[in-house]
Amino acid sequence: MLSRRRFIVIAAFVAAIGAVVFLNAGALTSGGSASESIHLTEVAHASGIDFVHQSPTLDPKVNHIAAHIGALGACVSVADVNNDGWPDLYFTTSRFGAANALYLNQKDGTFRDVAAEAGVAAVNRPGEGVSMGAVWGDYDNDGFEDLLVYKWGYPQLFHNLGNGHFEDVTAQSGLRTWMNSNGAVWLDFDRDGLLDLYITGYFRSDIDFWHLKTTRIMQSSWDFASNGGKNLLFKNMGKGHFKDVTDSLGVGSTRWTLAAASADFNDDGWPDLYLANDYGPEVLYLNHEGKRFVLARAGLEDDSKSGMAVALGDVYNRGEHDVFVTNISEKGFLFQGNNLRLNFLKQLGRFDEVASGVVADAGWAWGAQFGDLNNDGLLDLVVANGFISADSGRDYWYAMSKIAGAQGNIFEDAKNWPPIGSASLSGYERSRVLLNRGQAGFDDVAQEAGATDLLDGRAVAMADLFNRGLLDVVIANEKARALVYRNSANPAHWVELKLVGTRSNRSAIGAEVTVEIGPGRQRQVVDGGSGFCSQNDRRLHFGLGDQRLGSVTIQWPSGRTQVLNGLAIDQLHVVTEPR
Amino acid sequence: MKTAAALDPKYLIVFLITLVLVVGEARYHILGGYQRLATTLGICLATEALLSWWLRGRVANLASAYITGISLALLIKPQANILWPFALGAFIAIASKYVLTYRGRHLWNPSNFAIALLVLIAADSVAILSHQWGNDLGTNLVIWAFGLVIAWRARVLHVTLTYVACFILFAVLRHFIVGGPLFAELAPITGPMYQLFVFFMVTDPRTTVSTRRGRMIVVAIVALVETLIRLGGDYQLELLRPFYVSPPILALALVGPVAMWWDLRRKAAA
Repeated sequence: MLSRRRFIVIAAFVAAIGAVVFLNAGALTSGGSASESIHLTEVAHASGIDFVHQSPTLDPKVNHIAAHIGALGACVSVADVNNDGWPDLYFTTSRFGAANALYLNQKDGTFRDVAAEAGVAAVNRPGEGVSMGAVWGDYDNDGFEDLLVYKWGYPQLFHNLGNGHFEDVTAQSGLRTWMNSNGAVWLDFDRDGLLDLYITGYFRSDIDFWHLKTTRIMQSSWDFASNGGKNLLFKNMGKGHFKDVTDSLGVGSTRWTLAAASADFNDDGWPDLYLANDYGPEVLYLNHEGKRFVLARAGLEDDSKSGMAVALGDVYNRGEHDVFVTNISEKGFLFQGNNLRLNFLKQLGRFDEVASGVVADAGWAWGAQFGDLNNDGLLDLVVANGFISADSGRDYWYAMSKIAGAQGNIFEDAKNWPPIGSASLSGYERSRVLLNRGQAGFDDVAQEAGATDLLDGRAVAMADLFNRGLLDVVIANEKARALVYRNSANPAHWVELKLVGTRSNRSAIGAEVTVEIGPGRQRQVVDGGSGFCSQNDRRLHFGLGDQRLGSVTIQWPSGRTQVLNGLAIDQLHVVTEPR
Repeated sequence: MKTAAALDPKYLIVFLITLVLVVGEARYHILGGYQRLATTLGICLATEALLSWWLRGRVANLASAYITGISLALLIKPQANILWPFALGAFIAIASKYVLTYRGRHLWNPSNFAIALLVLIAADSVAILSHQWGNDLGTNLVIWAFGLVIAWRARVLHVTLTYVACFILFAVLRHFIVGGPLFAELAPITGPMYQLFVFFMVTDPRTTVSTRRGRMIVVAIVALVETLIRLGGDYQLELLRPFYVSPPILALALVGPVAMWWDLRRKAAA
């Protein structure tokens, strides 16, 4: 006979199991009501953009996992290349002989690829390497945005001649160093008015993927690997010449960096560097007056994941640069979760990780960017997902899990990896559009908003492509066509700023703008490269909702502070740095 | 004076799992937050104390609950920032000892039961320890060295070694069947989850059969079932997908209680 006490224990036991089922079901809900204020329409083809990324072909020694190793390189960067006031787009592809594309904005809702005539198309060549991304920056302050293409191979610097043509100036620039790079940012680390360049290394730089001398090329740890390529910092010496100052500045991490972003995280007036590292913890290098960078202990070092993008955004309008870093989640196998780190450097000396729910779990997440898509005064978040979409009936997760927990010297050798064959690996995952509801958190409204693609997203960039006061979203997809999501959100007020440096670098990269929006103040930085292999438009976009626009404070890279009051709303303001 | 030889083997295991915890946290921050440890350990100890007192009239030795609490804190790797898998997993693990019993003995190793249950019914929220141990050979060798010595002193070394031998044998077999690299098949046993598995789960004296030979046969069967699950993974059998996220844990969860039940029944009949 069952005693009363035992019955109670059994009931509690069953209830606990029921609670597990209930709470697990809660993990599946993605929020978002049907009547959201963001409406995205995919218009790439209609806009004349038919760019399709091609992945690299690699040395046959790694054929069995080539689909895994080479699943990178679909990237997009935004800049007004011809100074016509309309943002243009540069896409990279990664196969020898395939052409990168430079889409000039035709100002009528369409784009035209001019890469070949401009001289920035044919960069994927045997002996030179293949493109993995690009960033725009006016390194010589001549008023025209120049282009740095980083590669698995030699990076290439193209000088914008201002006449629709570019000149390859790599040889004389001092940048011709073989790297297996997947990221770069322009920044003026020493505030001398010249843009410097930080190029991240992923695979080791002694690896030539088309002439492999060894198959010991992979990470030595899934969590604490430091056998990746070395990141390099190049100081702009003027006259088109760059000098490698990596070691003297202390930023030569070998932690498999996939993405970097630069901003003044601790408000000391100097641009810092934030790195997302695959197989390792994120890294914040704090800039000490342009003389050296110091690795910060900011609550990052204990949290090792697979960082793949760094997006900067002032999530709660606190006047701080918060950081979103993408990671991997796969049902049953691995929940690393994306990181949303609120910046409390000044108050507490650290970031606080607060990601949960739809922010934390987006799948195998790659590129991400913040932007106020519905102009309500809060920064929303777009996340591209999915690694390898191949045979949907075959999954590489189990095979990869065999070696993932093993000793590093086993999987460091690519030949010990199980063949991937035609299997998918976190494939066919949808993009996320996360609507910021302030203290209520983020809701995933992708489906309702119209972002329904299942392509393997890599880079995300945001720009007001059609000069309407609305941020549009561009996604570069691996082995697939690029997407342009035209935004038709509900009308709300906004203001945009285009900054032109004089004492600072002409692109104004690194300029920090804080806009008072009602009771809050939102901070943004002019982008020298962010997300994953992407770069947003140089123009800063602030949604205002129905709130009053207060003062606008610009902290120029030169150190000068400029305060603007009474700016008209619903328009773009071009602000030139006072001399 | 009590000598080391006379020390209850349970305390050697307590020492070993504490070592795993300290080394893992110091070198790799394996816990992912001390609140996880506090939750599992606190609930395991409290549940054990409460249920043993309430159902059996005296508070049980808490060493076993301590081992379970730390095992769960190390093995459960849930979605970001959620604590409920630790809390509910801890309660379910200990409560299973009082609920899922046969002839007064519990059938599942508590942490094995809780983790198997979580990965089967809460796969959207819970995964299991895989690479969060740094993939470092040196650290693993320390754990293996201590583990083997302690398993020997605890008189369960035959269980550990039988399982390891069977795993290697079946790995070679899978290599020939599946055709992938041999090291890929051998690799799993060099990982941290297997350290916890071979030293704390398959060796649990409370949930293993009574004879030495029987225990060796049981772990051989566990290794065999694990291999069948792994082959299911290799051949992408959708039916087995929930199992191949953690083949050894689920193999033990399937084989262990059946063996215990059979052993207890056989003894009763005798």
